[in-house]
Amino acid sequence: MSIKVRYFASLKESVGRAEDNLECAGLATVGDVWRFANPDKALPDNSLAAVNMDYVDVSSAVKDGDEVAFFPPVTGG
Amino acid sequence: MAIKIYAEPFDPWQEIQAHQHSATELAGKFGATNIFIGTMRDFNEGDDVLGMTLEHYPGMTEKQLEKIVTEAMRQWPVIDALVVHRVGDILPNEPIVLVAVWTSHRGDAFDASRYIMEALKSRAPFWKKELLKSQTERWLVKNTDGYL
Repeated sequence: MSIKVRYFASLKESVGRAEDNLECAGLATVGDVWRFANPDKALPDNSLAAVNMDYVDVSSAVKDGDEVAFFPPVTGG
Repeated sequence: MAIKIYAEPFDPWQEIQAHQHSATELAGKFGATNIFIGTMRDFNEGDDVLGMTLEHYPGMTEKQLEKIVTEAMRQWPVIDALVVHRVGDILPNEPIVLVAVWTSHRGDAFDASRYIMEALKSRAPFWKKELLKSQTERWLVKNTDGYL
């Protein structure tokens, strides 16, 4: 399966990249995607996640072609 | 409903005027317009701030803002709404955000615009990084609750 992963703001800086294009098998959830892309780094507790630009929990399912995003709490406005 | 993201400075008063003139369904129907404008300060958390960079998630930002305005329109009889938000490099005194809501009566205009603004603060994917007078940069960690 192909998953595009995007990182924003301070999380982008701490992982050292803006995105990953994963070609992988056996990833069931958003949490699995994080662990596959960042095996040596735990997802910070306050992080938010989105699949195809909608907010989700890390336990949410992912499928082929999804865009998964991880980022810190938002600070706009 | 209109959602706009600008990478350059904008004039909120011109935005309101232009929107109101182009939205023909408003004429004669609205009795109340509530406007919120958020502007960049030159201080934050006890420090002098020289400027700020606003990052966003293109696509998700618009999607979430549309969702928020749709929720407000479901909850209150909103005739029209306009949301404008800056991204990129911002200087003190420049507007960051504009929320304008047109309704028949004032209570709905106040309530719907407050809802949109508070939801934007906690759900729209924007992130601020400040440049302090000390030349250090820092990410804002979290927005405060506007109701506290």
